Amino acid sequence: MADWTDAEKSTISAVWGQVDINEVGPLALGRVLIVYPWTQRYFGSFGDVSTAAAIMGNPKVAAHGKVVCGALDKAVKNMGNILATYKSLSETHANKLFVDPDNFRVLADVLTIVIAAKFGAAFTPEIQATWQKFMKVVVAAMSSRYF
Amino acid sequence: MSLTAKDKSVVKAFWGKVSGKADVVGAEALGRMLTAYPQTKTYFSKWADLSPGSDPVKKHGAVIMGAIGNAVGLMDNLVGGLSALSDLHAFTLRVDPGNFKILSHNILVTLAIHFPRDFTPEVHIAVDKFLAALSAALADKYR
Repeated sequence: MADWTDAEKSTISAVWGQVDINEVGPLALGRVLIVYPWTQRYFGSFGDVSTAAAIMGNPKVAAHGKVVCGALDKAVKNMGNILATYKSLSETHANKLFVDPDNFRVLADVLTIVIAAKFGAAFTPEIQATWQKFMKVVVAAMSSRYF
Repeated sequence: MSLTAKDKSVVKAFWGKVSGKADVVGAEALGRMLTAYPQTKTYFSKWADLSPGSDPVKKHGAVIMGAIGNAVGLMDNLVGGLSALSDLHAFTLRVDPGNFKILSHNILVTLAIHFPRDFTPEVHIAVDKFLAALSAALADKYR
């Protein structure tokens, strides 16, 4: 779906290698549910998401954050083949979960912000650019089975 | 999605912390936008150097952030307060208003980097709403 230089591949692996999925996943998903409250519509069975504190303390939100980040791991490990890697996940989100695909971009942007907060100045503009290219490809692959 | 009284007070309080570093934040956000979203370079084609940290980027980043800082004081009437800037962007600069969202995202990334503890989810939503309202006001005169 996209061409990756060796430098880009190693940047993405390096960034991902420093991300603790169990920490960042819950932070990112929780932040999406707080900053874009309409996304809560997809998580009706998760229990109390009525306040920011409830969301960040909700164990189901945390568990699902880890699931989502775990799926990103597949993309990092299959960078030459992201479209095929996400074919069935895209179909599930399109045909069973009925998730508006705009949400993929929203989650990608919030994940970028959470990673930036963790890395600080080490998340340079150049590293951000490469990371966001990766996010764009992941979002496109997740959207690919919607039509 | 209009700004509530709580949004406005959260933004004002947070901007109290940001304003000391406003120039740095503005320069960095602009540099990040030009690097991560190269299509935005089209609006700055007259500059000799579009890299992060270059003189024109630093100077213009400070100008942008200064205007945003002013807008914090104009939250009760963003459309009126930004009318002249809207004319400028619409008819002179002719910036596609889709780019306001892109710059807003890079401002949020920069704020998260410089204020990791203060940029909580509650601050994030208020600042995101403020930047969206500002962007709408900036696009108000386009047609």
